Amino acid sequence: MGFFLETLLGGLMTGMLYSLVALGFVLIFKASGVFNFAQGAMVLFAALAMARFAEWIPKITGIEGALFGNVAGFVCATIVMFVLAWVIEKMVLRHLVNQEGTTLLMATLGITYFLEGAGQTIFGSDIYKIDVGMPKDPVTILESVFSGGILINKEDLIAALIAAFLVALLSLFFQKTATGRALRAVADDHQAAQSIGIPLNRIWVIVWCVAGITALVAGIIWGSKLGVQFSLSTVAMRALPVVILGGLTSVPGAIIGGLIIGVGEKLSEIYLGPMVGGGIEIWFAYVLALVFLLFRPQGLFGEKIIDRV
Amino acid sequence: MFYRENGQFKTSYSSDQQIFGITQDRWFVLGVMAFAAFVVPFIVDEYIFRAILIPFLILSLAALGVNILVGYCGQISLGSGAFMAVGAYAAYNFFVRIEGMPVILCLLLGGVFSTLVGVLFGIPSLRVRGLYLAIATLAAQFFCDWAFSRVKWFTNDSSSGSVSVSGFDVFGVSIDSPVAKYWFCLGFLIVFAALAKNLVRSAVGREWMAIRDMDVAAAVIGIRPMYAKLSAFAVSSFIIGVAGGLWGFVHLGSWEPAAFSVDRSFQLLFMVILGGMGSVMGSFMGAAFIVILPIVINIVLPELGGLVGWQVSTAAVTHAENMIFGALIVWFLIVEPHGLARLWSIGKQKLRLWPFPH
Repeated sequence: MGFFLETLLGGLMTGMLYSLVALGFVLIFKASGVFNFAQGAMVLFAALAMARFAEWIPKITGIEGALFGNVAGFVCATIVMFVLAWVIEKMVLRHLVNQEGTTLLMATLGITYFLEGAGQTIFGSDIYKIDVGMPKDPVTILESVFSGGILINKEDLIAALIAAFLVALLSLFFQKTATGRALRAVADDHQAAQSIGIPLNRIWVIVWCVAGITALVAGIIWGSKLGVQFSLSTVAMRALPVVILGGLTSVPGAIIGGLIIGVGEKLSEIYLGPMVGGGIEIWFAYVLALVFLLFRPQGLFGEKIIDRV
Repeated sequence: MFYRENGQFKTSYSSDQQIFGITQDRWFVLGVMAFAAFVVPFIVDEYIFRAILIPFLILSLAALGVNILVGYCGQISLGSGAFMAVGAYAAYNFFVRIEGMPVILCLLLGGVFSTLVGVLFGIPSLRVRGLYLAIATLAAQFFCDWAFSRVKWFTNDSSSGSVSVSGFDVFGVSIDSPVAKYWFCLGFLIVFAALAKNLVRSAVGREWMAIRDMDVAAAVIGIRPMYAKLSAFAVSSFIIGVAGGLWGFVHLGSWEPAAFSVDRSFQLLFMVILGGMGSVMGSFMGAAFIVILPIVINIVLPELGGLVGWQVSTAAVTHAENMIFGALIVWFLIVEPHGLARLWSIGKQKLRLWPFPH
């Protein structure tokens, strides 16, 4: 029982991290109808920027201290992501308005290649470390309930808390601020939003900025767990089933989908994996999402698709 | 001036129905085929065969398969690499396990197995569509990646996980030299291209296009969506499977599951989008573009660097290649979202009016 709960909690925490990446997908899809395949590359790019600036800036200014390095790195990486969002809107999206979904998908794949190349050209292609002072040692909880208690990785716990905090912040931003309302209006209906004077282009820049920030946070968390390297961009592949499971247009869907996928992955790996030779994590998530889709084609919380001739 | 259909009257149904209605087109295509078959082998060297021509032929066959599914039936698939892998591994198993099995039969049977897998993973298309389907087909990709690297039976219990095929012959002719390989692939490509072209302009093809344009409306006028979608998945994955077999047997010789990774799926989709969705010609153009572009960048970039006195390392070239490739794709989608095939047809239209466009 203790072991099962341990796996379950581990899955939930990994799931929270998936949701964080999935959130980036959902934000952009809701506001611009673009399925942003480049989210993974953005995570890599942001993490690289963070890791390198945190290293460079103390060197240039001569000010020591891990905190200063991290804060400076974070600020610079945020600026980089904002500039990136602006450039993408200016150079790519603006010219592809009203194109089909597939064309836009391909364009973001092009951006993916570009970012992977650019990130490694500018920031280097070694493995870098992000050290934001996350505790690495595991703790044991609930010792009084189970014999031996449940072993929890503190790092995962903090990461999950940060992710939850970010999600809460984002939903506040979406629900309570004027910009958030404008974003929701654009997501609802482009033309109607434009007709009441919401500037579409600016909204798109904002959305890509927000997605850039979630990419940065995801990059920092994943980066401090696994090290900043090329394989970070494949995190997006792990988050894709989350998106379709939860529904492409739903923020709560991304979170609950992430939790389901995280738990499903971990439990399947432990209890099902040994039967078929292990390593099933990666496709099990997809198959799980697929089975859900067969019953609810629009995902758990996606908008119902109504067909009219 | 030379490209006119004036005076070419159709006097029978068969001449009205032929693939290339204009005589000049017909001669042009025959000329290209004759040139590819009988002139090219004697004027290019081995490197070009190995690096450009053979990959181009095989990948355009695969792109043709993807185009049937994505371009004609409108079902976006990111699992093409998996179907190639199924074709390759099934053909391999037939080849090693059954003594004296003809290679062509192996490849076709590989295609049959790919068809089965394709139809299986096509079933979700009956419920989900668009981007949801695209991601759902990734399930096929990751499942096949896993199956071919973990299940020892598929790789004939090879210890390294890679399989190899060498020294096979077709009707007593050994497919060993680059020219023989080239002819072998060219034969496959011509046969399948003719089949595909005829299929997409028949009743089945029209059903696919109706489903692509609007599936609810198509269902209303009596087209069975299930039959149309699954048949598109079947035909497409058959062609992709055969291409996968060729890629393994002829181009690579020995391969690992990584040869058919998700990057391959993206590459094939790029070919279709850049070449032109819903166009057989577009598949060839897209394949040529994607095959040649990295090679050109690889050659040109170090030389450009040399001009301004930079020593460009291989890693830098790879990164720059990614950047240029990505930027070019975005640029291309912006200037011509309908692909190279559209440019081709615009060119033909202009040629018909030339030299008096008004």
